[in-house]
Amino acid sequence: MLRLPDFTYIRPKSLKEAGRLLAELGPEAMAVAGGTDLYPKMKRGQFTPRYLVSLRFLPELRGIRPGSKEGMWIGAGETLTVVAKNPAVNKRFPALAHAAGSVSTPALRNMGTIGGNVFVDTRCNYYDQTFFWRQAAGFCMKKDGDICLVAPKSKSCLAVFSSDTAPVLCSLGAVALLAGPDGLRKLPFEQIYRDDGMHFVTKRDDELLRAILIPRAAFGQRNVYLKLRRRGSFDFPVLGVAAAMALDREGICRSARVVLTAVASAPVVVEEASRLLEGKKVSREMIEAVAEAAAKVSHPVDNVDLDYWYRKRMTRVYVKRALAELTGLKLETEKVPQEPVKDEKGP
Amino acid sequence: MMRKSRKESTAKLNQNGLTKRLLRLRVNGEVKEVATETNKTLLEVLREDLGLTGTKHGCELGECGTCTVLIDDEPVLSCLVLGVESEDADIVTVEGLMRDGRPHPLQRAFADLGATQCGYCIPGILLTSRALLDKNPHPTREQIREALAGNLCRCTGYTKILDAVELVVKGEVA
Repeated sequence: MLRLPDFTYIRPKSLKEAGRLLAELGPEAMAVAGGTDLYPKMKRGQFTPRYLVSLRFLPELRGIRPGSKEGMWIGAGETLTVVAKNPAVNKRFPALAHAAGSVSTPALRNMGTIGGNVFVDTRCNYYDQTFFWRQAAGFCMKKDGDICLVAPKSKSCLAVFSSDTAPVLCSLGAVALLAGPDGLRKLPFEQIYRDDGMHFVTKRDDELLRAILIPRAAFGQRNVYLKLRRRGSFDFPVLGVAAAMALDREGICRSARVVLTAVASAPVVVEEASRLLEGKKVSREMIEAVAEAAAKVSHPVDNVDLDYWYRKRMTRVYVKRALAELTGLKLETEKVPQEPVKDEKGP
Repeated sequence: MMRKSRKESTAKLNQNGLTKRLLRLRVNGEVKEVATETNKTLLEVLREDLGLTGTKHGCELGECGTCTVLIDDEPVLSCLVLGVESEDADIVTVEGLMRDGRPHPLQRAFADLGATQCGYCIPGILLTSRALLDKNPHPTREQIREALAGNLCRCTGYTKILDAVELVVKGEVA
């Protein structure tokens, strides 16, 4: 059996106590909520904490307040199932409901939290392996080694950012409410991530995600999330496209955001999308141009499932499909997207 | 080589003195007290400390669904939840499916249709199906597929599994 190594499990009574414990215990401690990312990684020796500080039972992390003054407030400790099924989330942000509902499998969504998903560890074929495997292949710089096995000349780790919900939150301009020793701090999700597979989160270690705030400005926006993967369940994204757009009554685009996931070590914002679309009536040609721009900034490498060149080519296709869905424009020779694998009869 | 290192690491941990704790677990309606290591998963506590070996261990990494149990009526993976995290919750394992000494309709349907081959994945599939039917007694085939999307079966090709659940939905179990 793959057993968990020894550790001390601490169950603080409040978020403040949890933060204090993490600050005191330092790098030997890790926070655990759903455990669906952490426990497998402890079994495989990728994470080696001596102390686990549990966030699982903290009521402060619970609840979804759909119409708070500032916007929609989503507690970081809510499970992905709860987020995916919440009526208010589905009504206003179908992209977020779909992203949360597409993470892994139903049982794992019953356990894993949205706070865990936005900070889910970056992934790589050379890293997500047992200790035995990694020892045999040679360790990589993300854990126990000093080089990158995907690109030995690379100075930084190229592990892939694999959250489904984070790109959607970036596209909606969502803000993270971080609880630290000095109280609550607001940080836009777009600024939380860094394109470095080992240090992909910029928040401090003693800061804990209390909640996610989607601002009122996003309430009227159309939004969509498309996910590419081999199977219709289980798999992490090997490409994800989140898009959000505000259209006024005349059909003029007032704001447009396109964010990619799983093509770098952080979500990738396609800056050209806003520049090309805002203030204009969106046409097929503009969608083509945005898709082209997205493909230019999409740099998948050969370290997760499916070929990297295919994932790059699919960036163009998925961005086109996402924008077509948001604008209602029909693209030639392409159908509106469907989840892959919908074979009713089975094999 | 791996076995050796595992033994070494276990020995080392024992020297350090693994902390045991008394857990109170409510399994299949019965309260059980068990003294066990705090780093054990619920799967290990069920199988090794409580002798409930109906829950199977597959990948132990959350990739197969074999070890599914119900916690507060929701399917979760017992390999990725600690025993200490499962206190104060209602745990149901495949041993708890029986009612008054009779198999659950799902169990009868799976047996009648031969919806099992090696049977290893079936405890997890039965419990996931039960959670679905408790919430939605008349799911469509698509909804059954979605509910079971986290349970791998390498023998049946799933068709008979879906047929068996549908048989219960239609109330056609003998």
